[in-house]
Amino acid sequence: MRFAVAASPHVAPTNSVSRIMQQVLLALIPGAFAMLWFFGAGILINAVLAVATALAAEALALTLRRRPLKPYLTDYSAVVTALLLALSLPALSPWWMTVTGVAFAILIAKHLYGGLGYNPFNPAMVGYVVLLISFPKHMTSWLPPSGLSDVSLGLTGAWDIIFHGQYPAGVDADAVAMATPLDTMKTQLGMGRSVSDIWTDNRFGVLAGRGWQWAALGYLAGGVWMLKRKVIDWRIPFGFLGGLLAISLFFFLMDPAHHPYPTLHLFGGATMLGAFFIATDPVTAATTVTGRLVYGALIGMLVYIIRTWGGYPDGVAFSVLLMNVAAPMINYYTRPRTYGHKP
Amino acid sequence: MLGLFWEFHGGVRLNRHKELSSEQPLAVAPIPKQLIYPLQQRGGRNAEPLVAVGDTVLKGQVIAQDSHPLSAPIHAASSGVVTAIESRAIPHPSGLDDVCIVIDTDGEDRAVRFRSLKDFRRSKVPTLRQRIQDAGIVGMGGAAFPTSAKLNTGGRAIDLLVLNGAECEPYITCDDCLLRSWPERVLGGAAILMRVIGVERCIVAVEADMPEAAKALEAVRIRDGYEHVEIVKVPSKYPTGGEKQLIQVLTGREVPVRGIPADVGVVCQNVGTAAAVYAAVTEGKPLIERIVTVTGPGIAQPQNVLARIGTPIAELTAFCGGYTPQAQRLVMGGPMMGLALPSDELPVIKSTNCILVADLAAMGGEKQPMPCIRCGACAEACPVNLVPQQLYWHSRTDQLKKAQNYNLFDCIECGCCDYVCPSQIPLVQYFRAAKGRILAKQGEQRKAEHARLRFEARQNRKEQEKREKAEAMARKKAALEQAQAAAAATASAPTDKEQS
Repeated sequence: MRFAVAASPHVAPTNSVSRIMQQVLLALIPGAFAMLWFFGAGILINAVLAVATALAAEALALTLRRRPLKPYLTDYSAVVTALLLALSLPALSPWWMTVTGVAFAILIAKHLYGGLGYNPFNPAMVGYVVLLISFPKHMTSWLPPSGLSDVSLGLTGAWDIIFHGQYPAGVDADAVAMATPLDTMKTQLGMGRSVSDIWTDNRFGVLAGRGWQWAALGYLAGGVWMLKRKVIDWRIPFGFLGGLLAISLFFFLMDPAHHPYPTLHLFGGATMLGAFFIATDPVTAATTVTGRLVYGALIGMLVYIIRTWGGYPDGVAFSVLLMNVAAPMINYYTRPRTYGHKP
Repeated sequence: MLGLFWEFHGGVRLNRHKELSSEQPLAVAPIPKQLIYPLQQRGGRNAEPLVAVGDTVLKGQVIAQDSHPLSAPIHAASSGVVTAIESRAIPHPSGLDDVCIVIDTDGEDRAVRFRSLKDFRRSKVPTLRQRIQDAGIVGMGGAAFPTSAKLNTGGRAIDLLVLNGAECEPYITCDDCLLRSWPERVLGGAAILMRVIGVERCIVAVEADMPEAAKALEAVRIRDGYEHVEIVKVPSKYPTGGEKQLIQVLTGREVPVRGIPADVGVVCQNVGTAAAVYAAVTEGKPLIERIVTVTGPGIAQPQNVLARIGTPIAELTAFCGGYTPQAQRLVMGGPMMGLALPSDELPVIKSTNCILVADLAAMGGEKQPMPCIRCGACAEACPVNLVPQQLYWHSRTDQLKKAQNYNLFDCIECGCCDYVCPSQIPLVQYFRAAKGRILAKQGEQRKAEHARLRFEARQNRKEQEKREKAEAMARKKAALEQAQAAAAATASAPTDKEQS
């Protein structure tokens, strides 16, 4: 009898890119749900819009590059990029911003460099930074979390604002826009107030910003789930949170009046989303065992530096992109010792 | 039995599928109609046939041999007539044909007289070594390295013999079956090997999920008083049965790069090898049969079979009830490192531990590779701590120097990285190909160097000849001139004299 030959190993694959991405999407649910709860239906609209744009952009790029559509559209990597970006945008961002950011992420940051696996920069963060630099006002106007404002927009209200720029009767743009807690902390510190004084503002909760802290806890829960399922390695989030905690605790202990509680850094802004979902993007992160710890820790420290002394209230996107550049070098200098080779 | 082990990096937990074959008793295959012996049983030189077409051979007769120290003689496994010495397909990764001796058996199984040794404990060590060499014993775990060569430790200080019964590949249970059926042969072999190497300590390693094998060994160990032998259960992780990984698990010692286990004081032999050594020494029986696991969903009656080396696989699979409709791929060895064979007309060779038949889907035949997403799962799984994602990058883009700098040649091709890769990239295949290209290039360079040296030598020789010719000419000319001058001198001598 004749048989077809193939190279070993002769085992069925246990994992796939699409399975990894699906698990990332599942892990996003608790955090995304918290965002939806606290910031309203705009989050949902952003998410749907972003995913649709991402799939369309992906299909366009694949067609132009003469690549098969099906395996790449079903790998869910574009969906993950879209959702990460959508969850980073203010809930009432105008539709064209979401579309521009996602299209830029997929077409330029991903496919111009060769598509899945070849992009040196995290596409979602590239999209985010493009929007942040181009439309700083839009990008820093967040809704007050529910409970802080008596304006309730609902789905149609959010829809009208996002697609038509129309505010419901009796509501003007200033009533729905508000600085983020990190932004508030930064501005108020700049005005000479002390941390404990600023914290008396009702926009702060126990750990960080009201509402925001719940989203952070949601992302943390999703992240822990991914760690348990071994979807991501613990070293990058551990390094990230460890680095951020170390540096924020150091400055807090040095001067508690002018450096916010470490919990604000850990549970405020994009920290948890960044630590578990963004910095862990395998394509753009460091891959060696030691390298991942270093990579994560450096991102964590950069986040603190940018938040404290930089021009932006949050620094996750910039930190991730900066360390994306350094990832190959980190890999090079943290190569493991091969069995049998001298240390 | 210790509960503490050193860990090696990486490795994977696999579905073991061992129950398919391990629950059946050992069966003895009948004499096949034909026996086929490739003259090349592993890489390297071919043995020289000692028989001719038409010769009658006996069971146990040497039919091919090579004087090279890294070779082992080949013996006929039954009596019959040599009907061909010709090029045929052989079970070898190259896929190329090679010369085989074909014997049509006569069913009488007449044997040469095997000379048994009464008591190996009183035999001289060189005698034991010679017996092992003459019996044609090679490593039976899969690598087929000649055992006599491996026992030659070049004067290194050895303090431990390890018998490898850690059968870590899925499906394979031939070592388990051997240990359960003939534990006394394995421990007897251990005693002989300890005597040959001159060590006082031996560990027989079995996997944690081979409790019956461990029990059988332990019973014989106590009954026959093998005080210096320990039976150790090692964790069931792939590739714990790799020689270097097993040594690391048992001793924490790391064999240096390009070194051998003897460099860290260890000699490691497969348990099947030990049993073969025992048979060779105590019964004078050469290596002509072995236990082969015939298994997989493509086989009607999976089981362990005592088969003669040289038996065509088709006869073995027929003995095991034939193929099921799932039989789509034929693998010699386990699923992780085994060799897919194009045909079942190929024979069982000395290193054939398993014949695995399965369907394509279960064996990863439908993989759709996606781009590498650098998740690093491969690096986490690599038992020798390589960075496969980087090796892949360099291998794929033909940056061979860089691949070598990333220690490509330390890859043991165990398949762990392939197994865990979410992008389903055939990594091992890339690494094999890159190694092949590097070796081919080095071969070409050697050839080119050789050609250059030859050319230069020829140039030098030519110049030398030219020089010599010119010198000879010059000498001749000088001689002629001298002669002429002398002649002239004699002719004019009187005048000269007169003048003077």
